[in-house]
Amino acid sequence: MPFSFNTVSALVLRYIYLYTRNPVRFVELIFWPLVDLLMWGFLTVYLKKQGVGEFPTAITYLIGGMILWDVLFRSQQGVSISFLEDVWTRNLLNIFVAPVRTVEYVAATCVVGVLRVGVTLLVLVLVASLAYQFHLTDLGFGLLPFLGNLILFGWFLGMISTALIMRLGQAAESLAWAVPFFIQPLASVFYPVSVLPEWLQPIAMALPCTPVFEGMRTVLAGQPVPWGSIQHAFILNLIWGTIAGLFFAVNLRHVRKAGLLVKVATQ
Amino acid sequence: MNHSTVILEADKLVKTFGDSTALDGLSFQVTKGESLGLLGVNGAGKTTAMNLLLGLTTPTSGTIRMFGKDLWKHRIEILKQVNFSSAYTSLPSNLLVWQNLTVFARLYGVAKPKQRIEELLELLDITHLRKSVTGTLSAGESTRVNLAKALLNEPRLLLLDEPTASLDPDIADRVRKLLRKLQAERGLSILYTSHNMRDIEEVCDRLIFLHGGKVLAEGTPGEVHERFHRSSLEDLFIGVARGEIDAIGLKPL
Ligand SMILES: Nc1ncnc2c1ncn2[C@@H]1O[C@H](COP(=O)(O)OP(=O)(O)O)[C@@H](O)[C@H]1O
Ligand SMILES: [Mg+2]
Repeated sequence: MPFSFNTVSALVLRYIYLYTRNPVRFVELIFWPLVDLLMWGFLTVYLKKQGVGEFPTAITYLIGGMILWDVLFRSQQGVSISFLEDVWTRNLLNIFVAPVRTVEYVAATCVVGVLRVGVTLLVLVLVASLAYQFHLTDLGFGLLPFLGNLILFGWFLGMISTALIMRLGQAAESLAWAVPFFIQPLASVFYPVSVLPEWLQPIAMALPCTPVFEGMRTVLAGQPVPWGSIQHAFILNLIWGTIAGLFFAVNLRHVRKAGLLVKVATQ
Repeated sequence: MNHSTVILEADKLVKTFGDSTALDGLSFQVTKGESLGLLGVNGAGKTTAMNLLLGLTTPTSGTIRMFGKDLWKHRIEILKQVNFSSAYTSLPSNLLVWQNLTVFARLYGVAKPKQRIEELLELLDITHLRKSVTGTLSAGESTRVNLAKALLNEPRLLLLDEPTASLDPDIADRVRKLLRKLQAERGLSILYTSHNMRDIEEVCDRLIFLHGGKVLAEGTPGEVHERFHRSSLEDLFIGVARGEIDAIGLKPL
């Protein structure tokens, strides 16, 4: 498949200009995750004091879960908010009439996802370690594959969100935030999959992020990195990636046929 | 007509949206250095035609060839040599003018972006806007910045959808003169849509009068209104809009 890195970097440059020109954007990148971290952090401190401490490590699950969830969420947001940014500024048509392949456009939004994850993660890791003595690096060699799988799944959820917004119109833009939270209860971010009703468990385990959160708890409990879970997550990601790619392509085709691309771009 | 100079060739374009037909068998050609106007009332199908030509919408049937190649088979290669501007799109409002132009210069693979941008800012008389926030520009300034973006890649074909729609008469006049100049100096081909007769008369060598997705008439601006025994294009336009002139039985010149 033909692919131009120059095109991708030009598109990414547009988002870098956007974020560096508007400090408010940066604040938004950091503000909500920080509020979340403080909430979960203080809850942790409280639980520790109450001596809900049969397993003191349980406490750090909450902070770890919160941070890793944010990795998934920021990655997804990078993809779908970047698209919305083009819709909001009525720039979408300019992009689509430029020599930009769809894969290049999607790839650029994925890069933005990674950049957003990077900024947010940096701040969260720093604050968590200073304020709550939680060190993400405790995840050891599992850390990178955990993050990688979450970022990948975030991209795919982002592509699905974007495809839905293209199809349903700008009125559906809240899907950009709703889609990840729709799966959050199943993702077992803050509790093990085993607490879910039995019939829900297989569905939960079909999400690539679930084995990651399970794996994180395993490592924080002092056990070795569960490479089986990581492999499981990666295979699920391959499947989800294929589905998301096809879903995006089918929707884009429909959108071009029904003239919706122009509608979403100019309404 | 020398075949080698045909830049754009639309053949029997049909576009339906559900039950309604936006374009009903539109065929035309644009040659090198020519500017063709698509004139018609609101809903005539001008924007639909433009969107088909840009690959934003797929035709129900019919073919589009540019520079001798099929649009859907060579979309990226073709889009590199085409550009577009419309009153209904804008460049990202939150970036500075030079930032927006830099991004698009790179998207179009312009060899010396900085130099090219300076040239265009000068040509369009907007050098002073280089560091302005795009969203704070007036309609006239914004149109000129959009045009600068549309000229970045030195397009062989420029598609303009109602570029003067939001402009006051003075600025509109300046934009028209500028387009004429570009066309004369650079052999640029232009496809121009408008419901403004003045626009079409001044900018276009030839026009297609669209109505209900069909070609009502085709020719030079003078030929078209004479053919309908109207004193001016404007007069003809009003006649069509009010149903005094019927498309039935009329064939293109
Ligand atoms: N995406 C769309 N879905 C449904 N109908 C559309 C769409 N785009 C255009 N139309 C219809 O097609 C006809 C032609 O519209 P348009 O090409 O925008 O006209 P113009 O630009 O000449 O004013 C109109 O009746 C319009 O309502
Ligand atoms: Mg229109």
